[in-house]
Amino acid sequence: MNIDTRKRELVEEFSPMFNKSSLLSNIWIGTLILIILVGLYAFVLQLMNGHEVTGMRDNVVWGIYIVNFIFFVCLSYSGAFIAGVLHFFNSPLKNSISRIVEVITVLSLVIGPIFILLCIGRLDRLHYLFLYPRIQSPITWDIIAIITDLIGCFIYLYLTFIPDFAILRDATKDAEIPNWRKKMYKFLAIGYQDTPTQHKRLHKTIRIMSVMIIAMAIVAYSVLAWIFSLTVQPGWNSTIFAPYFIISGLYSGIAVIIIAMYIIRKFYKLEKYITKIHFFSGGVMLLIISLLYGYFTFSEYFSRWFSHKKHDVDLLNTLFSRYFWQFIFANYFGILMPIAILFFKKLRTVKLVTIAAIISVLGIWLNKYLIVVPTLETPYLPIQDTRAEFVHYTATWVEWSLSLTGIAAFCLFFTLILKFVPAIPMSGIIDLEIGKQSKKEKNNPIVTEF
Amino acid sequence: MKNKQTEVGGTNRRKFLKLGLMTSLTAVAGASIVTSLAAQEEETEPAGEVIRLLTPDGKIVEVNASNINKYPEAHIAPEESQKGIPGRKFVMVIDLAKCKNARKCVEECQKAHKLDEHEEFMKIQLIQNHEEGQPYWFPKPCFHCDEPPCVTVCPTGATFKRNDGIVLINNERCIGCKFCVTSCPYSARQFNWGHKEKFDDKSQPYSPETSIPAAEGTVMKCDFCPDLLRQGELPHCAKACPMGVIYFGDKNEDIVTNGEETVRFSQLINDRGGYRHMEHLGTKPNVYYLPAVNRQFPLERGFDIDEKIIERYKDVPYVQDLKKQGKI
Repeated sequence: MNIDTRKRELVEEFSPMFNKSSLLSNIWIGTLILIILVGLYAFVLQLMNGHEVTGMRDNVVWGIYIVNFIFFVCLSYSGAFIAGVLHFFNSPLKNSISRIVEVITVLSLVIGPIFILLCIGRLDRLHYLFLYPRIQSPITWDIIAIITDLIGCFIYLYLTFIPDFAILRDATKDAEIPNWRKKMYKFLAIGYQDTPTQHKRLHKTIRIMSVMIIAMAIVAYSVLAWIFSLTVQPGWNSTIFAPYFIISGLYSGIAVIIIAMYIIRKFYKLEKYITKIHFFSGGVMLLIISLLYGYFTFSEYFSRWFSHKKHDVDLLNTLFSRYFWQFIFANYFGILMPIAILFFKKLRTVKLVTIAAIISVLGIWLNKYLIVVPTLETPYLPIQDTRAEFVHYTATWVEWSLSLTGIAAFCLFFTLILKFVPAIPMSGIIDLEIGKQSKKEKNNPIVTEF
Repeated sequence: MKNKQTEVGGTNRRKFLKLGLMTSLTAVAGASIVTSLAAQEEETEPAGEVIRLLTPDGKIVEVNASNINKYPEAHIAPEESQKGIPGRKFVMVIDLAKCKNARKCVEECQKAHKLDEHEEFMKIQLIQNHEEGQPYWFPKPCFHCDEPPCVTVCPTGATFKRNDGIVLINNERCIGCKFCVTSCPYSARQFNWGHKEKFDDKSQPYSPETSIPAAEGTVMKCDFCPDLLRQGELPHCAKACPMGVIYFGDKNEDIVTNGEETVRFSQLINDRGGYRHMEHLGTKPNVYYLPAVNRQFPLERGFDIDEKIIERYKDVPYVQDLKKQGKI
């Protein structure tokens, strides 16, 4: 097999993805931009009028912004975790889906912290966090963890992109694409020529980074959970919160990866690369994590219910009265349905696995909402207030619009990145094919052994 | 101390505490002001009751009693406000047996801190300990904890604990992350959600000790009125209470007063079974409560107030019963 021709073939195969601007994709991008514009208007409104435009008030001072923050940051950490595991154990699955996972990781880590900024009353004083930092505040820990993780993830993502940039640079030398694009590929490939030494060195670096990223993800996850569990509030002050957040993050992470796989496979017709096997293994992973997540959820609420301390009981009463259906959906339906679907081998089809994944994502988001809001609505001293908005929290359109903007921005950036580099890492495909070939022709040493 | 009391005549107990506080006035507002006052005095009016004061550097000066609180209020800038009043450890004791929800403490506090209708640094809650117990009125300021969760979690040091035990907020440093609000187990903190005209009133320079003017997007709470304490006065709530519910004083000196009687703090706590609210949380509050035993007023007296205020307590079973019986 001639590697160079194969590379060229691959670029040719994937190039329609870059140039594709069908009606469907135009509508898609247009809708996303529209949502983002509405969100920007909402943001300006919030900036001008203050947080009065949100549904947050003195008791519930954190609303769906924080829920989205946890959701996106958890997504990113789980993405990093999964990417790291795939690379470290050199799983064959990684060659097709690692790019999707890594892009999800970085994008959600960029979008997540924006939500915490929306929650801050004085954005003009944001630099005080660095001017007057106090190290014992979990928020300071979180800032350090997120920045470290963001830098780590960017380095990792870039490292995995280098071989593909090199392929694109070589293959598009004479192709009819805009000049800035060629220059960009050349610059980003930083002189990578895929020589055996370079290949070895790059893969060693990626491997080291993958381990570091797993460690960073665990630390950052725990710090995020500690923002809640280090307070004395009933419902938050829980020793299992850090591992609980890690598991729930993995749960939503795998689910979002499955959904992204489904959409990308459908839209770009990548059935050859993202196969049924991927969905099958994704389904099995989701099943294992959902069992663990269900176990954690059960332990968390069971011990609160069984020991029935007064304030825990108050919280459970809130959950089972005002939030009854949300609780049922998040913690029964959202866990048991995916388990029920994924438990049976026959049901682990592409469509059903994706449906299970969608249910999990919705369940996780609601689960986080039920961790944040009802606790704040049930403080130690009962809320005695006549203003309904101070007693119960309801998100306003500004908050919903900005939340949708986060999702839209996530999708838009994802689409744009896929216009620049293929969704499937080409170097991964080549590595995989070489691996297969060398297995077949074990006795033939001519085949390049990288 | 005792000597001084006899000197003054022992008629006015409030003056006693004023004096106690005056004797060791801070270096900031202390000696220089008192001496300059004394100098002023000689020029203007020589007559009236004369009080002898001990300045921090050990001199005894004579000051006219009527002038003692007339010196200009010193503006305490945010940096200075971090230090606290030297040698003090402020403490509040709230006698639940005397409270009848007159709400004078709330109103005075609101007036002094320029708070709007629903903004209350001092809240009066109706608390029922258990099903058998009758509810009682529970005035709740900030507890100025010795282990304050709000201070621990603040990422910029905008909220801080001073040497004199007071927890303050510097709203020029606050970024509005609201973490302190979620970490306070007593719901003592409030957030300025939108812009209000009063924030623009810069006629009085901002000081964390007065909490005026408040600022949009920042947190505020009960501050124990350090500006009054520096002048040797009681906080607004303690001064305003017609029932003498709120005692305020210094733990180091072991005295507290409600403006009418001055008592030993330790004795009051021991004799009357004083406790701190939710001791098990380990926050070590500096506000103590005397249990609502042998009450001076029936609970219903507290309902002689605005309908709107009564509405607040509608979730308390006892109030629901009263409503059913048509008593309120």
